[in-house]
Amino acid sequence: MLSVDSSLDPLLKRPISLHRWLGNGDFQLLYRVVGKGTDILSRRNPGDKLDVIGPLGNGFSVSRKHGEPLLIAGGLGIAPVFGLAETLHSKTPPLLFYGARTAKEVLCIDQLQSLGINPIIATDDGTLGKKGNILNVLNKFITQNPKLKDQYAIYACGPEPMLKAVSTFAVKNNMKAFISLEKHMACGVGTCLGCVVNTTKGHKRVCKEGPVFPVEDIVW
Amino acid sequence: MAKKTPINLRVNLGKLKLKNPVMTASGTFGYGKEYSEFFDINKLGAIVVKGISLKPMKGNPSPRICETPSGMLNAIGLQNPGLKGFMKQQLPFLKTLKTKIIVNILGNSVDDYIELAEAMESVGVDAVELNVSCPNVKKGGIAFGTEPFAFEELITEVRKRVKVPLITKLSPNVTDIKQFAKIAEDSGSDMISLINTITGMSIDIRTRRPRIANITGGLSGPAIKPVAVRMVWECSRTVKIPIIGMGGIISPEDAIEFILAGASAVAVGTGNFINPAATIEIIKGIKSYMSTEGITSVNDLTGAMRCLKDRL
Repeated sequence: MLSVDSSLDPLLKRPISLHRWLGNGDFQLLYRVVGKGTDILSRRNPGDKLDVIGPLGNGFSVSRKHGEPLLIAGGLGIAPVFGLAETLHSKTPPLLFYGARTAKEVLCIDQLQSLGINPIIATDDGTLGKKGNILNVLNKFITQNPKLKDQYAIYACGPEPMLKAVSTFAVKNNMKAFISLEKHMACGVGTCLGCVVNTTKGHKRVCKEGPVFPVEDIVW
Repeated sequence: MAKKTPINLRVNLGKLKLKNPVMTASGTFGYGKEYSEFFDINKLGAIVVKGISLKPMKGNPSPRICETPSGMLNAIGLQNPGLKGFMKQQLPFLKTLKTKIIVNILGNSVDDYIELAEAMESVGVDAVELNVSCPNVKKGGIAFGTEPFAFEELITEVRKRVKVPLITKLSPNVTDIKQFAKIAEDSGSDMISLINTITGMSIDIRTRRPRIANITGGLSGPAIKPVAVRMVWECSRTVKIPIIGMGGIISPEDAIEFILAGASAVAVGTGNFINPAATIEIIKGIKSYMSTEGITSVNDLTGAMRCLKDRL
C-alpha cells in the first residue's frame, strides 16, 4: 500500500503489487497511470520519499509438486508475474503467455528475454504476437500439446475477466492454478473488509488471505 | 528552571476510565490483531472492535468500498463471525491486552441486543457500544437509530439488564441528532458516540453503475469532519453524559477540534487506513499541544471552544 502524497485527495493508499524484489529492502513497482493517484505518483521526483506499508498478503508460492510453472499475464498483470519469473531459478525457463491490448502496452520484453523467457504474446489489435485473446492462444497450445497439462501448474495475474477465463480453463483441463486478484482496498491489512472475494470458505480478504488464491477456492 | 508540570491524559467516561482519550472506531480496527503488528496497541485509550451480531454475517457483495474526494464510501454490511465466533476466535487475544475493550453490538430485535450485551458483560468487556446506526444493512441497526420510539425502547431495555457501561452510537442520518442524544441520556445510556457514517452514493458515469454494489454506502474520512464537529458541539450543549467524538479524525489537530467542541474522548476510524499509526501519533500530538498551551489535564479542553456569548 502506497501513499502517492500526503494530501487528503486522494485519501487512501494505493494497493500496488511488487514488481521486482531487489534485496536489502529495495524493490521496484510497475504501474500504469489510470487515475488521479497514479498521475500524482508519476510526477514525483527521484529522491522523493513515499509512505509505503508492505509487503502485505501472501504472494505467489511456487511448489514443484504441482508441476513446472506456466505463467499467464494480462496487461499490467505482468508486474508481479515478471517478479515471479525472476525468482524461479528454473533449469528450464517457465512458459509465459502474455496478453495485452496493444503492442505499446507489452512491457518487460527485453528483461524477460534476458531471463531466457520467450513469451507467447497476443494483443487485442494484433499489433504484436497473435491477434486476440491470450486464453484462446493458450487453449490451442494445450490442445496441441495435451501432455503438458500434467506437467504444468498455472500462475496468473491480470484483469478479472481474464482470471475468470483462466479459472474455467484450469478446471476444464484439470490443471492446478493460482491467480492473483485485484480489488479496491482501504486499509491493506485486513481490517476494513473492503476487498473481500467470495470463496468456497466464505468471504476472504484479498489483502490478507490473498491476493493469490487457488482457482478452485473462488466462487465467481 | 521551572518544574515541568506533568500532563494528564486520563479521562473518566463515567465508570469507564481511560488512560488517554484516543480510541478506535468500530469497523476500522478489526479485533486488534492486525494493527498490533504495527504498534503497541496497549497504548490506546480503548479499542472498539468490529460490530458483533448473534449469528455470523456474510456481509455485502463486492465492490464494498470506493474512494471519494477526501473520503470514502463503504457498505461492508456488518460482516462478522457472530457471538460464538467472537468469543472463540477474538476474545482470547483481546483479553491479553492492557487497554480497555469495547465491543460494538448489533441486532435485529431488542432481544438480540440484550443477549449480546449480557454475553459481553459476562466475559468482562469494559463497555458495550450499541450499534444503532449502520446505514448498510436492510434490517436492524439503523431502524433503531432513526426511529425515536424504537431507539428509546432499545436503550431502556438493555439498560435494565446490564450494568456494563453503555455507549450509544448515534446516526447522523436524522433531522435532529440532539433529539437522539437526549433520548439516549434519558434512557440510561452512560455516554454517546458520534458520528457514524453519512449515507452517500457515487456513480461511475462510464459504466453507469453505482460504484459500490449496495448502491448507497456510508461516507467517512476528512470530508465529513466539519459535519461531525458540528454535531458533537450540538449534542454537548444538549446532554451531560460524556461524548466520544469521531468523523474524519486523522491528525492530532482534528482530535483537538472534537474535544474543544465538547467531546471527552475521540475515536479514529478511516484515519487508521491512511496511517496505521495514526492513533499513536494523535496521542503524542495532543500531549504536545497541551504542553504548548500550558494545559495539564485533557479534561480541561473538553468544550473549551471560545466564542462570543451571543452566538451560543
